[in-house]
Amino acid sequence: MASFWKLYRRNYSAVLGLVILALVIVVAFAAPLMYPDDPFRLAGKSMSPPGEAGFLLGSDSLGRDVAAGIAHGAKTSLLIGLLATLVAVVAGVFMGALAGYYGGWVDDLLMRTTEMFQTIPSFIFAILLVAIMKPSIESIVIAIAVVSWPAVARLVRGEFLSLKNREFVQAGHTLGMSDARIILAEILPNCLSPIIVIGSLMVATAILIESGLAFLGLGDPNIMSWGFQIGAGRTLLRSAWWVCTFPGIAILITVLAINLVGEGLNDALNPRLRERS
Amino acid sequence: MDHFTKRFRYVLKRLLQAIPIVLAIIVVNFFLLQLAEGDAVDVLAGEAGSATPEYMAELRAKFGLDKPLPVQLFLYLKNVASFDLGYSFRHEMPVLDLVLDRFFATLLLMVSTILLAVGFGILLGLVAATGLNTWRDSAISIFALITYATPLFWVGLMLIVVFALNLRWFPTSGMENIAAFHEGWDRVVDIAHHLVLPTITLSLFYLALYTRLMRASMLEQSGQDYVTTARAKGLTERRIVFVHVLRNALLPVVTMAGVQVGALIGGSVIVESVFAWPGLGMLAFEALFARDLNLLLGIFLLSALLVVAVNLVVDIIYSVLDPRIEVS
Repeated sequence: MASFWKLYRRNYSAVLGLVILALVIVVAFAAPLMYPDDPFRLAGKSMSPPGEAGFLLGSDSLGRDVAAGIAHGAKTSLLIGLLATLVAVVAGVFMGALAGYYGGWVDDLLMRTTEMFQTIPSFIFAILLVAIMKPSIESIVIAIAVVSWPAVARLVRGEFLSLKNREFVQAGHTLGMSDARIILAEILPNCLSPIIVIGSLMVATAILIESGLAFLGLGDPNIMSWGFQIGAGRTLLRSAWWVCTFPGIAILITVLAINLVGEGLNDALNPRLRERS
Repeated sequence: MDHFTKRFRYVLKRLLQAIPIVLAIIVVNFFLLQLAEGDAVDVLAGEAGSATPEYMAELRAKFGLDKPLPVQLFLYLKNVASFDLGYSFRHEMPVLDLVLDRFFATLLLMVSTILLAVGFGILLGLVAATGLNTWRDSAISIFALITYATPLFWVGLMLIVVFALNLRWFPTSGMENIAAFHEGWDRVVDIAHHLVLPTITLSLFYLALYTRLMRASMLEQSGQDYVTTARAKGLTERRIVFVHVLRNALLPVVTMAGVQVGALIGGSVIVESVFAWPGLGMLAFEALFARDLNLLLGIFLLSALLVVAVNLVVDIIYSVLDPRIEVS
């Protein structure tokens, strides 16, 4: 762990990313304390420019506080990003591990499925899934996971293919271990690093997809999110530029920070993978 | 077996491989339709205001909606095979007509985006790779990092604020100024003028992608033996980079341009709805608002088929360009 931190620390931009990400997480947790009221609530004079009428970042056409929306939206973005990635990684690892370990027709079937999912234009697919399931946190998480798992499956399959004939796995067979035990306890721990790296980068992509869905009006109607704020503010571009601008900067900074952390993890965990990305 | 027959066999094989994927996509589409609440008859009845249960049952029988699922699936496959993508009850038009009507606008946007992104991506990648670890390289890397993290719709809105509302250089939305009744060359100029901001917005992400790819590809090629040979022959660095390395480094970048078409279609939904560009993406956005599921599924199916077709074409072109590709 100490040596990992030493490797990670060498990459300054990755440390910067970590600091920014920590700030976003603090804001997400502190949102109910900083802005205890419902962010959808009318908080004062409408269309106030930043710094006026007690609004740090201005207010929108309904008098909602943009800053409060951003603080509450941080939680939404991080939560959906993490949950969707978690579901996608579990599904991807399951499919990839089976395909790589068993090979043959299992591999053929699973890889053809993966290919099909990678062919389908993913954002339109996500739109369709959310539209059919009705917008809610669950449907958004499922939709993002459905379009994200193939990348994990391919990665895990590759790792399993290269590991399954190694001595320690053969030793496992000789000792009479079950397939499940070899997959979960022997091979999987050895491919954790690339899974962590791809997972961290997927959180960033998931946040971008979520903001796009919310922008198009497919966000959970009961939860404040950055994409929703921008979507609601786009008709005010002429008169109140701040309503769209600040939530967009929040997305940009958060996604950038997560990408930097992901690259830092990549460098620290698999120095040999550095050239691949 | 001669060269030509081999090539022909490869093309045939790739065509055959695409068939199961196309079938699977259509089946997925069918099940998404099943998953949705209510069927076409419910929508129709809702539109009409009132309908007796007997009439609805009659309609279901007419559309084959009372048949068991496998039969319905077969009917659906048959319909798609004859280019029947269903009926949009909102627009009161067949989905296919609507989609074809909007296809040109999207094609225009996508082609200009690919040209801009690939062109500038190659240029920036080249600049970054030839000035490795200088300020140029770092500046381009930072630009790529930021573009990767920026939501497309936000870039579009910010460009509108700066270049359309404040500077008034470009129009805010639409594809042409219909009220001006431009004809001939004037109309082309007008459309090009409207095309600038949407194209820049949509190409930014891919620009970053191709820049990175081109940089990596240049670096990989410059480590190859033929570069050492060229250097040993006494060629200038400039000649090595522009004549030898560049040509070989281009291939993977051009291939990626084809692979990214699926993502490009997704991006065009966002960009078209920001700029009210009257293409397929805008149509999808309208369908979403009107809860016109038939239309949305039709657009989805067609864009998935488009991706399969483009990938196929790129594969074939690639195999012609690079004879090392295994064609057996």
